Amino acid sequence: MSALLEVDQLTIDARKDDGSLLPIVKGVSFNVQRGEVVALIGESGSGKTTIALSALGYTKPGLEFTGGEVRLEGRDVITMPSEEKRQLRGERVAYLAQSAAATFNPALTIGEQVTESAVLHGHFNQEEANQRAESLYHDLELPDPERLGKRYPHQVSGGQLQRLMAAMALCSKPDLLVLDEPTTALDVTTQIEVLKAFKSVIKQEGSAAIYVTHDLSVVAQIADHIVVLYAGDLQEHGISEQVINQPSHDYTRRLMAAVRPPPAAGQSDETTGEHRRDVPALEVKNILAGYGRKQHDGTPAITVLRDVHMAIERGHTVGVIGESGCGKSTLARVMSGLLPASKGDVLLDGEPLQPDLRNRSRNQLQKVQFVFQMADTALNPRQRIDQILGRPLEFYLELSGDAKRRRIAELLQMVDLPQEFAGRYPEELSGGQKQRVNLARALAASPEVLLCDEVISALDTIVGANVIELLKRLRRQTGVSFVFISHDLSTVASFADEIVVLYAGRVVEQGKTDHVLSPPYHPYTRLLISSVPELRVGWLEETMQTQEAQAGIDRVVKLTEIGCPFFDRCPLAIEGTCDREPPPIRDIGDGHTINCHRSKEEFVR
Amino acid sequence: MSENDSDVTIMQFEELPDAPPKRRLKFSWTGKLGIAVVVFWSTMVLFGPYIAPYHEADILDEALFIVPGSDELYPETDFQPPSKVVFLGSDYLGRDTLSRILFGARTTIGISLVATLLAYLMGVTLGIAAAVGGGWLDTGLSRFNDAFLSIPHIMLGLVVIAAIGSTIPLLIILTGFIYGTSVFRIARALGQDVMVSDFVEAAKVRGEGLWWIITREILPNVAMPLATDFGLRFVYIILFISSLSFLGLGVQPPMSDWGSMVKENLAGLPYGSIAPLVPALAIATLTIAINMIVDDVSAHSGGKLAKRMI
Repeated sequence: MSALLEVDQLTIDARKDDGSLLPIVKGVSFNVQRGEVVALIGESGSGKTTIALSALGYTKPGLEFTGGEVRLEGRDVITMPSEEKRQLRGERVAYLAQSAAATFNPALTIGEQVTESAVLHGHFNQEEANQRAESLYHDLELPDPERLGKRYPHQVSGGQLQRLMAAMALCSKPDLLVLDEPTTALDVTTQIEVLKAFKSVIKQEGSAAIYVTHDLSVVAQIADHIVVLYAGDLQEHGISEQVINQPSHDYTRRLMAAVRPPPAAGQSDETTGEHRRDVPALEVKNILAGYGRKQHDGTPAITVLRDVHMAIERGHTVGVIGESGCGKSTLARVMSGLLPASKGDVLLDGEPLQPDLRNRSRNQLQKVQFVFQMADTALNPRQRIDQILGRPLEFYLELSGDAKRRRIAELLQMVDLPQEFAGRYPEELSGGQKQRVNLARALAASPEVLLCDEVISALDTIVGANVIELLKRLRRQTGVSFVFISHDLSTVASFADEIVVLYAGRVVEQGKTDHVLSPPYHPYTRLLISSVPELRVGWLEETMQTQEAQAGIDRVVKLTEIGCPFFDRCPLAIEGTCDREPPPIRDIGDGHTINCHRSKEEFVR
Repeated sequence: MSENDSDVTIMQFEELPDAPPKRRLKFSWTGKLGIAVVVFWSTMVLFGPYIAPYHEADILDEALFIVPGSDELYPETDFQPPSKVVFLGSDYLGRDTLSRILFGARTTIGISLVATLLAYLMGVTLGIAAAVGGGWLDTGLSRFNDAFLSIPHIMLGLVVIAAIGSTIPLLIILTGFIYGTSVFRIARALGQDVMVSDFVEAAKVRGEGLWWIITREILPNVAMPLATDFGLRFVYIILFISSLSFLGLGVQPPMSDWGSMVKENLAGLPYGSIAPLVPALAIATLTIAINMIVDDVSAHSGGKLAKRMI
């Protein structure tokens, strides 16, 4: 039997302003068999999405098919008349975009949107489509399948919405699914629930799929075949197990090397031998902070952080970890003074800082520097790199002329950027290069503490790994203390000396990295660790059997005022205690604390 | 050796650039035509009065119109067709249309330009202040501005001029104020967009003062859209001043200005005179030319701009 989809010597070019062609996809060939998942893997700019979209006979505006064929059951979809393409899309080939939140129309019910394409193509009438949707909700293990269709998109969680998008795509029984980074924007605990649902439903429906991602560990769980792409060229193509276990191509090996090992004790490289234990560089005590109008008692309308204590020793790195919405970024904003805390203190070298940055002295501001998450937006597009780096130098250190120029050159060298970048504008740089400039700007102030808010989350695996290497080197060279905020436990494990685990705005566990990442764990830490995908086939199935995963998945983080916030997801929860009383802080020793009602002995189970 | 190896790998798989290099602003042929027309009229503003054959207020002598060999001693001088004496004909009082157009270019374009600059000075200052200050300052300024926006421009102009009388400084201040309200809204919206961006936040964390944030972080990022809007606003103001002049409330005789020239010479239309058409054509060429340039600039900045203007 011939393959369902044959991509044959496909070339796609972009037309530039002057009419010349810039190759985007350079003659890529692969096949997709029925009932098989083929993963396209590569960094941004590798052409993976462009190739995936060609299965629908579509290119983004500005791109052109210039050669080769994409055959669906022997018919070339590129040369198909547009009327036939319209029939094809949504009915035989369905596309799942990266962001479910942007795909769903908030004004229509979920049911209407899931069934729309099937009814439109005349595949089913509305009644049949509703039944089909309901059975899909059931297969995707969505809660309350009978009534889900009547709800609106904002009434379900992000992970559920992502699965509903799969239902939308599958509703008209397509032959081929095109999934474009469907789990990239999700937290680890949500990601595994979505992956599991996708995997089982694809198997059950027997439809083929093209899965686009940059994450090798995800690919290992879901794909039968892997196609590795770099800059529009096919680098390697093979069966998943073979590609993952014996990568034959250099680029694949490099991708594999950039994947961080699953978090475990003993990965972090201890910083300096001398731990000056006198006063921490930065310390927060009893922080209560949030957003919205201030109420009578001085607390904000929405409280995000509660009772947060942490200390950053000189030259140490503290990793702050938690899922989206847990208050990680808010904590960094409180430290920097962007968001004044309602209660509690921020201490710099033992001296209290004003909560609002406008009342802090220039010297204090200099010592705490903030590195923003998105380098794209954190650099002023109208300033050249030397202006961006030069400003903190003149502002804090009053450098000018030659001294400033020399320092800018040093900074560029420090972050491994060529000197001629000084005269460029941010948009002439790649994402990773911009993030380096972003770091260099913070370093220009010669700070004592660097607050890094998800600095590598928006970067590709390899680029992110390079930035982590850079951070490690800078830490050795400069002795700066880091607060490293991330939702990616593997990154934090390889970089931080101490870890603070936040859940729903409260610290649930903190201590040295090796202690936090080895038993006894807080139940939430345990869930987080077990949710990080491992780079091996079969990991997903094993993990879903564990007690944590079963209790923890499919729930959203809720901000609670009483009791333990993790109560409703905790496998060890004690009814009547955990939901009523705030958990005590248990000191395990050597600064390692766990906030839980359960005792040390009970954690080990 | 090992170091060499890693260098090779890095070279081979270097980071892919995020976006293609920035496109340079290129003008289409309509844009180039627009620039040519604007350059032409700018030259006329500077040199028009020196190359004009007559003064704008000169009522031409009958003797000039005597055709050699004819025995008519008192020929008609008003609404004359183009001839060697008057290249674009004469107007209702027998003045040279070409000279009046050339003098009028300075009046019309000059007044409009100063009024547009005034509108920008006021609108951008207050608009950015509202965006940066926020809170009560923003609410106060915006509601005050809304009140003025709700009054039709031409009505507001009529009422004020009817009460005070028409002089050129008043015309400029009035027009500047009326159009400053629209500029305020655009400047405020653009400012608010930039205000919440990360790089402004980064400047705040650094401890920068308001002046730096406004002049270095915000203004450079709103300059391009505002420049595009400047062209459009200038066109509106030319039309507005011409409308006022057409109603007899703008520039007062004997000074010439394109709007009042159309009005004065309307009576010539039944006689087939081109006197009212020439100033109308002058207004049309200038405004269309500016629009063509603006189209090219806003297409370059990605269409987003055009939507915001409406």
